[in-house]
Amino acid sequence: MMYDFLYELTGSSIIAGTIIALLPLFAFILPFALFAVLLERKVAGHMQDRLGPMRVGYHGILQTIADIIKLIQKEDIIARENDKLFFNIAPVLTFVGSYAAFAVIPFSSIFLGAKIDLGIFYIIAVTGLVVAGILMAGWASNNKYSLLGAMRSASQIISYEIPTILVVLSIVMMTGTMSLFDLSENQTGSFWNWYIFGGPSISIQKFLLIPFMFIGFIIIYISTLAEVNRTPFDIPEAESELVSGYHTEYSGMKFAMFFLAEYANMFAVSAIVATMFFGGYQSPFGYLGNSLNLVWLIPIEQFFWFIFKGIFFVFVQMWLRWTLPRLRVDQLMAASWKYLIPIAFVNLLIIGFITLI
Amino acid sequence: MKEYFNNIFTALFTIFVGMKVTLRHLFTPSVTIQYPDVKLPLPERERNRLYVNMDDCIGCDQCARACPVNCIEIETVKSLPGEDLGKTSNGKKKALWVTKFTIDFAKCCYCQLCVFPCPTECIYMTDVYEFSEYDRNNLIYDFATLTTEERIQKLENLDKHYHERETKKLGRI
Repeated sequence: MMYDFLYELTGSSIIAGTIIALLPLFAFILPFALFAVLLERKVAGHMQDRLGPMRVGYHGILQTIADIIKLIQKEDIIARENDKLFFNIAPVLTFVGSYAAFAVIPFSSIFLGAKIDLGIFYIIAVTGLVVAGILMAGWASNNKYSLLGAMRSASQIISYEIPTILVVLSIVMMTGTMSLFDLSENQTGSFWNWYIFGGPSISIQKFLLIPFMFIGFIIIYISTLAEVNRTPFDIPEAESELVSGYHTEYSGMKFAMFFLAEYANMFAVSAIVATMFFGGYQSPFGYLGNSLNLVWLIPIEQFFWFIFKGIFFVFVQMWLRWTLPRLRVDQLMAASWKYLIPIAFVNLLIIGFITLI
Repeated sequence: MKEYFNNIFTALFTIFVGMKVTLRHLFTPSVTIQYPDVKLPLPERERNRLYVNMDDCIGCDQCARACPVNCIEIETVKSLPGEDLGKTSNGKKKALWVTKFTIDFAKCCYCQLCVFPCPTECIYMTDVYEFSEYDRNNLIYDFATLTTEERIQKLENLDKHYHERETKKLGRI
């Protein structure tokens, strides 16, 4: 494990703990946000037969760095009627909520912040902070658009958490573990050991499970998409209706924090989906390190596969964003309460029966 | 119940249809032209900024009179009897010093009406269309080739000439 290695290196549990806590932020979230914003704009551009940013650097690769420099320089505006305390806390809280989820996401078999048994439970609990931050931002802004956006966001996240949790529950019930690390370790070998293909055991159960796993995957993908407020579920920040929802009043670095939280959340959600259904950091077909007898290469390969899967699902989120129009509020609620939740329940029951066989 | 499953099926199916469309567009070449680097070829008879070739201009003022928005201003001074101003490229003799030839492109409506009456074809449209300015006064282009001193001098010369002629006439009487 990374922590033990750092502990031996530095000889201090505090320094090792600090490094392991900050590592995902500086080694991953910030570069990922820079990359994802550029990817988003490029994907958007090319899907609309445009080119996207082209001016800063070769094909605009430095565009987001320029944006960040601009955001740092900007004035941090706090309006007179804002609730100063909560207005300042809200972006930090939102970011903390999405950053804390990275503590238990296994990037590879050795790069893992905390190896706790309640990994997935912890993620669901801690991302609840995001709702609090968003509501706080909307209320403290003292702006009707912000408040409407925050209310919509809260109601949306609460309703879509139920199908997410039901699918998570079915996986937990099937595997008997909540640790994301164990979940990934179970799916080792080749891609047919992934839970989307019924898990590692070869039996009649595996083949019976495949269609229900696919249903589960689709449900959890749709509902997590709604939880991170992405189009088609972006009614909390619907530009054409609500200016930009709960972060209307924010500028400069506080806005950047919301932005960072959104992109960190996108990856966290994709990483959870990848870990639960697509083998986490496991390679779909053997490791180069095994065939070349290079043990140190395996974690690097695992890291690559994890990032690849995560970014692929982030790409699908962007793909959906530029495909589908925004849902109405009633359609959004209907999709969750009338369709996803009953199907997730039935799916949970069927998976339970199959596991009992 | 049938409608319920039908809804689910249509929703999923149409999403995949839409995703197929956007994926296809992701790989179609974009229509964007990187404007300052790449420019579209202009049409054959495009009308853009005017240019006046002062070597050929005889100062006849026909373009200024044709202009519907009065954006061309021409002032001329007669040449002295002995002066040779040269000829234009199509053989016309120049008889006037053009002391002022300004075109205000803020007023110009790019109608090309000034181009047709020109007897020496010295005013014509170019293919320059990027000449925006921060100050409107910078859009007044002066085409006259004479320097300011020369212009004053030409006017003085003519005055002197008239004066001399008057005194000569008076002397003769």
